[in-house]
Amino acid sequence: MSELTTDRQIDRSKMTVSDEIAVEIINMNKWYGTFHVLRDINLTVNSGERIVIAGPSGSGKSTLIRCINRLEEHQSGKIIVDGTELSSDLKNIDKIRSDVGMCFQHFNLFPHLTILENCTLAPIWVRKTPRKEAIDTAMHFLEKVRIPDQANKYPGQLSGGQQQRVAIARSLCMRPRIMLFDEPTSALDPEMIKEVLDTMIELAEEGMTMLCVTHEMGFARQVANRVIFMDQGQIVEQNEPEEFFNNPKSERTKLFLSQILGH
Amino acid sequence: MSKQLAYVRTEMLPQQTPPVTSVGMLGWLRGNLFSGWLNTGLTLISLVAIIMVLSAVVPWVLSPTWQATSLTECRGILHELGRDGHFSGACWGVIRDRWVQLFFGFYPADLYWRPILAFLLLAVALAPILFSDKVPAKLLWFSAAFPLLFPWLLWGGAFWGPLLILAGLVLAYLVFLQVSRASSTLPGLIAAVIFAAAWFLWGMGLITGAINYGLGSARMEGTRAALELRVDGLETREAEIDQAIASAQDAVREVMSGEAEAVASGDGAYRALIARAAAPRDRLNTLQSEKALLDEALFSAQSLLGRIEVLKGQEEALPRLKQEAEAARAALPRTVRKIDTDIGLEALKQRILSGEAKVPAEDMAQLDRVLGLETNLRSVILAIDRTYADVAMIGLRPVTSRDFGGMMLSITIGVVAIACSLPLGILLALGRRSDMMIVKYLCVGFIEFIRGVPLITLLFVASTLLNIFMPPDTKFDIILRVLIMVTLFASAYMAEVIRGGLAALPKGQYEGADSLGLNYWQAQRLVIMPQALKISIPGIVSTFIGVFKDTTLVSIIGLLDPLGLSNSIRADANWNGIVWELYGFIALIFFLFCFGMSRYSMYLERKLQTGHR
Amino acid sequence: MTTITDPPKQQFRLSMLIYDTRYRSATIQVVALIAFMLLAAWLIDNTARNMMLLGKTINFGFFGEPASYDINQRLLDYTSRDTHLRAALIGLLNTLVVAILGCATATAVGVLVGVLRLSHNWLIARLMTIYVEMFRNVPVLLWIVFIMAIMIETLPAPSAFRGDNATASMLLGDTVALTNRGIYIPEALFSRSLGDIHFFGASSLRFDVSLDLIAFLIVLGAGLWASHRIKRRADRMQEETGNRPTTWYLRVGVVLVPVVILLVALGFHLGYPELKGFNFSGGTHLRNSLIALWLALSLYTAAFIAEIVRAGILAISNGQTEAAAALGLRPGRVMRLVILPQALRVIVPPLISQYLNLTKNSSLAIAVGYMDITGTLGGITMNQTGKELECVLLLMLIYLIISLSISGVMNWYNESVKLKER
Repeated sequence: MSELTTDRQIDRSKMTVSDEIAVEIINMNKWYGTFHVLRDINLTVNSGERIVIAGPSGSGKSTLIRCINRLEEHQSGKIIVDGTELSSDLKNIDKIRSDVGMCFQHFNLFPHLTILENCTLAPIWVRKTPRKEAIDTAMHFLEKVRIPDQANKYPGQLSGGQQQRVAIARSLCMRPRIMLFDEPTSALDPEMIKEVLDTMIELAEEGMTMLCVTHEMGFARQVANRVIFMDQGQIVEQNEPEEFFNNPKSERTKLFLSQILGH
Repeated sequence: MSKQLAYVRTEMLPQQTPPVTSVGMLGWLRGNLFSGWLNTGLTLISLVAIIMVLSAVVPWVLSPTWQATSLTECRGILHELGRDGHFSGACWGVIRDRWVQLFFGFYPADLYWRPILAFLLLAVALAPILFSDKVPAKLLWFSAAFPLLFPWLLWGGAFWGPLLILAGLVLAYLVFLQVSRASSTLPGLIAAVIFAAAWFLWGMGLITGAINYGLGSARMEGTRAALELRVDGLETREAEIDQAIASAQDAVREVMSGEAEAVASGDGAYRALIARAAAPRDRLNTLQSEKALLDEALFSAQSLLGRIEVLKGQEEALPRLKQEAEAARAALPRTVRKIDTDIGLEALKQRILSGEAKVPAEDMAQLDRVLGLETNLRSVILAIDRTYADVAMIGLRPVTSRDFGGMMLSITIGVVAIACSLPLGILLALGRRSDMMIVKYLCVGFIEFIRGVPLITLLFVASTLLNIFMPPDTKFDIILRVLIMVTLFASAYMAEVIRGGLAALPKGQYEGADSLGLNYWQAQRLVIMPQALKISIPGIVSTFIGVFKDTTLVSIIGLLDPLGLSNSIRADANWNGIVWELYGFIALIFFLFCFGMSRYSMYLERKLQTGHR
Repeated sequence: MTTITDPPKQQFRLSMLIYDTRYRSATIQVVALIAFMLLAAWLIDNTARNMMLLGKTINFGFFGEPASYDINQRLLDYTSRDTHLRAALIGLLNTLVVAILGCATATAVGVLVGVLRLSHNWLIARLMTIYVEMFRNVPVLLWIVFIMAIMIETLPAPSAFRGDNATASMLLGDTVALTNRGIYIPEALFSRSLGDIHFFGASSLRFDVSLDLIAFLIVLGAGLWASHRIKRRADRMQEETGNRPTTWYLRVGVVLVPVVILLVALGFHLGYPELKGFNFSGGTHLRNSLIALWLALSLYTAAFIAEIVRAGILAISNGQTEAAAALGLRPGRVMRLVILPQALRVIVPPLISQYLNLTKNSSLAIAVGYMDITGTLGGITMNQTGKELECVLLLMLIYLIISLSISGVMNWYNESVKLKER
C-alpha cells in the first residue's frame, strides 16, 4: 500500500484544534449478547480534531463510531456529544443525528431517489428547510465534491467513487459539526479511493471534526492529528501520527503495523 | 492539546459478563416480550388468546371417543362424562373407522402392499435427486427406471407392458443415434419422434396382441383346470366366513344388548360398553371386508371360467358373423349406404327429424340392422381378445382407476404431474427465451393461456372435452385425462420458474459455453441447465407444493381424493354432522406433506447458498 | 428456392437448411409451425367429427333461452325466467364481487401479519408464523369447504332466535345475526331516496343504478379531491418555508362533513334484519357460500401476501435504514420516505400475482354452491344445455381476459418503477 495519499500540498491553516469538547466517551461498555465488544472505552475528542481509528477487523472500531450517533446502543458508561448525553430519549437522538454526519462503507445511497433528492431529503424533512434553499445547499456541496452534473441521475448510474462522494455531500447538506467515516474507501477501486480521500482532505482543511475508521495509513499520516489503535474491543494505543507510525509502543501495534505496512 | 494524547494500554482487559438486564432469561424476556408498553400489551393479549384457544382445544382433542362407531355413540360417551354441547369433545371414531379409506380410497384391500411399495420405492428413487450429497449417484439408474415401475405397481397388468414401453424408448434412442450420426441432430430427433409415435400407437398393440394370443392359447387348458380348483376353494372358504360373520354379529349384538341399561346407569358404563364392543366389531369388520374380497375373487374367477367355456363357440362363429355383417352392408339401399359411423347416425336422425333428409322407414330399419350386426361383431372380437389377454396375463392384478382414491390419488397425481411437467417446463422455458420468433410466441401463448385460466376449467376440459378432442372411439381413463391436464398446468408454472433461473445466470456463462465450441443442446445440458435448475430448486419445490395442494380440485369433477371422500363420509348416516375431526385430519396430512416440502426447500436454499460462496 | 441475395459462388444446397446458421433457425421454425398446425388441425378435425357423431353443432343460441334455475346471491335482479346470458352476467358479477372483497381483506390481513412477523416481540412473531404456515400448507379448497361446513354445523338455525327461551341472540345490539343459513347485516336505506336509473330496458343486460349511490360517490370524490388540494398546499408551504402545516383534521373534515350532510339530507337510516316466521327478513343477507369463500380465499391468500410483505421489507438492506437514521430521520419517516418506496417495488408485482391467484381460485365457488361465473356458465348452464364445448371455452376466455387485464396493470407498474442502473 502506498504511503502517500495525495501529491498535493495540504493547507493546514484552518486545521486547528480548539479546547471545546465535541465528543466525550466515559467508561463505555457494550455487549452483543454475551460477547463483550467494547470494553471500558474512554475517549475525548476536541472540536477540529481529525482522528483515525485503526485496528484488525473485529476489534470494535466500527461499533465504536456507530455508538456515537446511536446506530448502536451502549449498555453502560456515558457518551456525550456536543454537550448532550446520549440516552433513549428520541429528542436527544434527533438532535445528535442531525449534528453528526456519517459515511458508510457501502455508501447506502437511496436507490429510488436521484442524487439531488438523496441530498435534499434530510434537510427538508429534518431541518425543515424550504425546498429551494435545500436544493441550493445540495448543489453547493455537490459542486464541492465535483459532481454537480450528475445531480439528476440515480445512484445506480454512478461509479463507486462518485457514489461515496455523493454520500459525503449528502451528510454535509445537514451541516454537521462532526463527521464519522466507517471505512469509506474499502469498497472502492484504487483510483476511486484517491478521489474520495481528496474530498475528505478538503473537508479536513476546512476544520471539520472527523472520526475516521480506515486502513488508509497514508491518509492517517498526512491528515490525522491523532491515531487510535484498537484491539479486542479496547483502545490499545493512541498517539500523534508521527510517533504512532515511527515509534509504536505496544507489541500489538507493532505487529499490526508490520502487517499492514510491511509489504 | 497533547497532554493526555499519547496513551498506551499496558494490560488488556478481560471479557466481562454483561449487565443482567441485557442477557440471559431476563434479558431475553425484556428484549423480546416486554420492551415498552406497546410490546408488553401485545404480549399479554397474545398470551390470553393462546390460553383461551388451548383451553378450548386441548380438552376437545383429549376426548375418549376412539372406539365409537357413530356420532351418536360419541355423543353418548361425552354425555356420560357430563360434556354436552357442540364443542364438548372430538369424535375420533370417524378417523379410526375411515383412515384407511382416506389413504387408499377403494383400492382392493388385499393389494395395499402395492401402493405402499410404490411410494416407498418413490422415496428411494427421489433420494439421489433430493439429497445428492448424501446418497450414492448410482441409485440414479433406479430413479430413471422408476417412472415405468410406478404405474405398473399401481395399476397392475402384464409384466411385458412396462418392458415394451422401455423397449420403445430404447429403440427410439437408437434410431436417433443412427440418423443423427448419418445426417444431423434435427433429422435424428424428427425420426426418433416419428418412430416413437408409430411404436406407441400401433407397434405396441400388435406385439401385445401377439403375446396374448400365443401365451393365451398355450395356457388355456391349464388355466381352466386351475380356475375350477380355485372356485371350489373359494366357495368353501366363503361358507366358513359366512358362519364366522354370523357368530361375530351375535357377539356384537350380545354386547350391545346392554346399551339401554348402560346409558341409564351412566357412571362410565356406556363407555365401557363401547370399549367392550370394539373387539367383536373389529372382528366383524375384518370378516366382512374379507368376504367382500372373496366375492370379488369368486366373481372374476367364475366369469373368466365362463368366458373360456364360450371362447371356442365365439371363435367358430366369428367368420360367419363377419360374413353376415359384410353382406348386409353391401345390400344397403342407396339412400342410407353412405351413412356409416363416420358421417354419424345421430346426425342423420336429426336431419330426418328436421325434414332435411327424406329416408324411407324400411331403409332406416335396414341400416339399424346393419349397425346392430357390426356392433355385435366388434363386441365378439373384443370379448375374444379380452379372454386371451386375461388367460395370458402374467403380472400384477389390474386395478381400475375408479378404485383409486384418498391420499394415494393425490400423491399419484402430484408426483406424476410434477415429474412430467419438469422436462416439459424446461422445453417451454427454453422456447420462451429462444430467438426464434415463431417458437417463442407459441411458447408464450401456451404459458400465458394456461396461467391465465383457473385449474378447475382445465379439469372441466379433462372431464368433458378431452374425449371430444381425441379421435372418435378413443376412451381413455379419467385419471389419465386429469393427469394430462394437471401436467400441462404444472408445466406452464414450471416454465416460468425455470425461466427465472435462466435469467439469473450471467451472460458470461452462455459466452463461455459458446467459446468452448459446445452446440446449443450441449451448452444447455452441460453448462446452463445444471446451474439454472439449481437456482430454481426452491421455485420448483414451491410449484410442487402448489400442484400437490391443487390435486384436491379433482374432487369437484367427481374423483375420490380425501376431500371427495369426506363428502361421502359426511353423508354416511353414522357420521352425519362430523366436521372438525374429519377436515382437521385431512388438513393435518396435507400440512405434514407441504410443510415438509417447504422445509426441504429451505434446507436446499441454505445448502446452495453456502455452496456458492 | 433460388436466392438472389446469396453470394454468387455459393450454390444453395438442401443440406444448408440444417447446417447453415442463416437457414437453420428458419427451418426449425417452419418445422415447429407445421407441427403445431398439424396438431391443431388434428384436434379440430377430431372435434368436428365427434360433434357430428354426437349430433351437436357449435352455436351460442342457448344464451337466449330461459335459464330456469335460481341464483340466490346476486347484485342485479334476476329470476329463473331470465336467460342463460343474464345468469352468466350475474355469475360474472359475483366472481368480481368475491374477488374484490377477497383481495381487499387479504391485503389488509396479509400486510398486518407480514409486518407483525418482523416484530421484535417474539411471541407475536411466532404466532404470525404459525398462522402463515397453517394457511399456506393446506389446500385452499379444504379451507373453503371446512369453513362452509363449520358455518352450517355450528351456527344456530334462525329458529333458535325465536321465542322467550331463545338459545341464540343477535350481536352488536340486535343488528347482526349469525345463522346457519348465512349472516344477516343491516342494509343502507334512504327515506328521501332519489330513485334509480334504468339501463338497457328489459334486455338480458339490464341494470339499475341508484342515484343515491351516485350522489354519494360524487360527494365523496369531491371531498377526496379537496383533501388532495389541501395536501398539495401543505406540500407547497413546506417547499417554500420548510415548515409543514398540520392539516390532517382539515383533510379528514373536508371528506367527512359533506358526506354526513348528504346522508342526512337523503334520510339515511339502517334497515335491520328481523326475525319473521321461520327466517330473518330485512337487512342484507350474506349467504354461507359467499362468507365461506370470501373468508377462506382471503385468509389463504393473506398468508402468501404476508410472506411477500415480509420478504419485501427484508429485501431493503439494513444499510438503508441506518443511513436514513444517521441523517436524523425519525423511524416513521424512515419507513415512509426510504423503506416503503423501495419495498413497494419488490412487493407490488408478486402482490398483484396473488390477486390474480385469488381471482382464479374464486372459481372454487362451485364446491360450496356460490353462483359465480364457474357455477353458472360452467356449472348449471353447461349441465342443462349440454353445450360443454361452448361453455368451457367461453369460461376460459372470460378468465383469460380478467387475468390478462390484471397482468397488464402489473407490467405497466413494473415499467414505471424500474430502478435506473448503469
